[in-house]
Amino acid sequence: MNTKMIRYILGKMLGAEALLLMLPALVGAIYGEHEGISFLIPAMMLVCIYFFTGRKKPEKTTIYGKDGMVIVALAWLLWSVFGALPFVISREIPDYIDALFETVSGFTTTGSSILTDVEALSKCMLFWRSFTHWVGGMGVLVFVLMLTSLDKNSSMYLMTAEVPGPEKEKLAPKMMSTARILYGIYFGMTILQTILLLFGGMNLFDSLLHAFGTAGTGGFSNYAASVGHFDSAYIDVVVSVFMILFGINFSLFYMLLLREFKGVWKNEELRAYLLIITVSTLLIAMNISGQFASPLKAFRYALFQVASIITTTGYATADFVQWPMFSKCILLLLMVTGACASSTGGGIKVSRVLIILKTIKREIKQMTHPKSVSIIRVNGKKMGTDVIRRVCAYLMAYAVVAIGSILLVSIDNKDFATTFSSVMATLNNIGPGIGAVGPAGNFAEFSVFSKLIFCIDMLAGRLELFPFLMLITLPVWKKQF
Amino acid sequence: MKIVIIGDGKVGYKLAVQLSEENYDIVLIDQNEGKLKDALNKMDIFCIPGNGADAEIQKQADVPHADLVIACASADEMNMLCCLLARRLGAKHTIARVRNPIYYRQMELLKEDLRLSLTVNPEFAAANEISRILLFPEANKVETFMKGRVELVEYPVDENNPLAGLSLAEIYRKFQIKFLVCAVKRGHDIFIPDGAFVLNTGDRLHIAAAHHNLKSFFKSLGRKNSKVKKVIICGGGHVCYYLAKQLLQVGMQVKIIERNEQRCEELCELLPKATIINGNATDQELLMEEGLADAHAFVALTGMDEENIIISLFAKTQNVPKIIAKVNQDTRAQMVEGMGIDSIVSAKSAAADEILGYVRARMNSYSSADVETMYRLLNGRVEALEFIIKKECEYTNIPLKNLRTKKNHLIACIGRKREIIIPNGDSHLEVGDSVIIVTKENIVSNFRDILA
Repeated sequence: MNTKMIRYILGKMLGAEALLLMLPALVGAIYGEHEGISFLIPAMMLVCIYFFTGRKKPEKTTIYGKDGMVIVALAWLLWSVFGALPFVISREIPDYIDALFETVSGFTTTGSSILTDVEALSKCMLFWRSFTHWVGGMGVLVFVLMLTSLDKNSSMYLMTAEVPGPEKEKLAPKMMSTARILYGIYFGMTILQTILLLFGGMNLFDSLLHAFGTAGTGGFSNYAASVGHFDSAYIDVVVSVFMILFGINFSLFYMLLLREFKGVWKNEELRAYLLIITVSTLLIAMNISGQFASPLKAFRYALFQVASIITTTGYATADFVQWPMFSKCILLLLMVTGACASSTGGGIKVSRVLIILKTIKREIKQMTHPKSVSIIRVNGKKMGTDVIRRVCAYLMAYAVVAIGSILLVSIDNKDFATTFSSVMATLNNIGPGIGAVGPAGNFAEFSVFSKLIFCIDMLAGRLELFPFLMLITLPVWKKQF
Repeated sequence: MKIVIIGDGKVGYKLAVQLSEENYDIVLIDQNEGKLKDALNKMDIFCIPGNGADAEIQKQADVPHADLVIACASADEMNMLCCLLARRLGAKHTIARVRNPIYYRQMELLKEDLRLSLTVNPEFAAANEISRILLFPEANKVETFMKGRVELVEYPVDENNPLAGLSLAEIYRKFQIKFLVCAVKRGHDIFIPDGAFVLNTGDRLHIAAAHHNLKSFFKSLGRKNSKVKKVIICGGGHVCYYLAKQLLQVGMQVKIIERNEQRCEELCELLPKATIINGNATDQELLMEEGLADAHAFVALTGMDEENIIISLFAKTQNVPKIIAKVNQDTRAQMVEGMGIDSIVSAKSAAADEILGYVRARMNSYSSADVETMYRLLNGRVEALEFIIKKECEYTNIPLKNLRTKKNHLIACIGRKREIIIPNGDSHLEVGDSVIIVTKENIVSNFRDILA
């Protein structure tokens, strides 16, 4: 392992975070809040670290897959560790573990919160909280890759470890341009949403924060009632549509820009994704229609909740804990399914679910015709055996991590719905669950130990398990030659 | 002594060359007449074309009166059958080459029924040789004598070595460790040194010592990270399997790079503790990715000499401390010696050496001399022989300084009961001692031969 190169890249990464911390400080200055100063202290620390480690490029710059995994996992961990400091320094979230939970929840675009009163926070802190969503959504390494070329030849290893989905692809021959295209689309859509929200009567600060939360599929809001605070059909629809858009594979947007409409329309994952949203929305709307004045209103709330959960955003306009069991179960299933690959959403991803379903189908076919030969196609392309193997292994690992976390969190002795859904909500980077952690509740009640487990779940879920599992078991791999 | 060799393959040919030079009567049996004609032109032997498992052919080769039949044809079954037949016809001893790991494993069960004197597995022999070297990474080659109690190692005097510029007498005084430099190779010359001999950089020493003394000698030379813990093996053939198994047993970490996926899976099954990589060992990127720079030893065992040489040279550029390459062809092996590859092994030579050792010992027991084992060093230019002194005679019980020996002969080591003595002028020989003699001339078959 090339430890020098790992240190160098991490040094650069932390330097980039120092730059990011300047933005909330600026917001603090605009609103004349003295809390803004608490961003400068960690920024100074990070700049020092950068000067010690991230300036001189080591002689040997080659890194391989495992180094890439370790770099990504460590980068996320360190960004969260340092990103939590402003909350503690400003005494707005005095407990460090709480601050860490909040920051990890931000960067991993989960949106779970331990805050009992969000609205009490200063503006710059609220901005930082939501801004972490925006940065984390597309990936912190991809973000830094866009700004500077970390390492020309091996950056694919970094992207592979960070961008979600079973198969990774570049959009342009150069990594840096790929990162720029991705962020260009991301940036453009965020601005568009901000403008549309401004039309809905939100002020600039609110619309920016909600656009950040939607773009990263995060779900932090600066109001306790989340998007429901505005109680406007227009805002609900805009946020719903943009949540769904940010849950789509970003390379499809690039194809749209290149005017390849056919490819977008034929995309199987997109079709399945939209189908799931439509069917679930209709089912839930019918199920809850009794609670609302008109079917249209029921449809509006159903669509918002479905979009929020499947894209793993976690905004809420209604407390779905009060909904019938059938609706709650649909939402729980959507939590696990998640959004499309290469989007900002979390969960297992629709494309993986597709591959798994097709594998099951093939297995049944194999039983009826034992000698038949069949391949699994997605988008007309043959899926190699190693892709299928990795998808299956991912699912296994997912189940193991989920079950293990549920077992550990159960020490806190909460009811089953809370224990189960809190793990699902963090592992899939959603935000609210059902039970005590529903849209109206929060995670403050849990013990420190459980909060740490949630932090690990969130990071592991965001990085699709393996980079983080590797980091945790690194001593084992280091010992083995 | 009459020897019949069945099979004119790599091992058979090498044995025929060696043994005919040592004045044995050799009969070579092979089905390929062209090859036999070639052998006949190059050696002073008798050739019979035909199937070695045919009793008529064996009778033609006078197997009934042969002292030894060596079967080293390509098929194991054929070798065993030839040996069985030869014993029926009246041959005194038989040696079969058995290469299949399954047959070799159960040889103990069959040896008696097949009435074999010795079975040789070339790959296993080569693996043994490599693992001995890896256990003593400072040495290029390691041989054992006196049932493993004494080791004879080849040790290169490289640059900045504290031994360079010292005479042997000074070295013995300085280190106070019991060891003996038996032979020195300098360029193309070979010396059997005396105390005044001064070592130069580039010399290759052949040192005899007991295992623990050798250890403390290397330790006092102050070479760091000399212990081999991580080994990369390229090529997953039989040699690789035997080697990896031995290395894993002593707790080393082994990584095997093999290009055939099916073979990889077999190796995974056979060696659960090893890391198996499916890839092309000539791919330098792959080697780097798999941590070549961190490896303590690199062993190239692919099927092609050229490939082994090239990847070993690449490993050399990455400063791997110990590099061993399998090179089958003798001429190539000699060529590579100066290129920085530490040790060269080949399954053929390892097997031939094992058989030659046996043949010479047998020979000597016939001619009432008492050679126990015998090793050839430096491409056969120096021999180390182990004798056992069986009765009182004119050279026992007198100090060695009073014993006048011929030039270029050296008494390297004396084993007395459980003790190992590295002799000086005051040492003497007793009945029951085993003595190791190092000699440049290949004519010693009796201890008396070395006396002036």
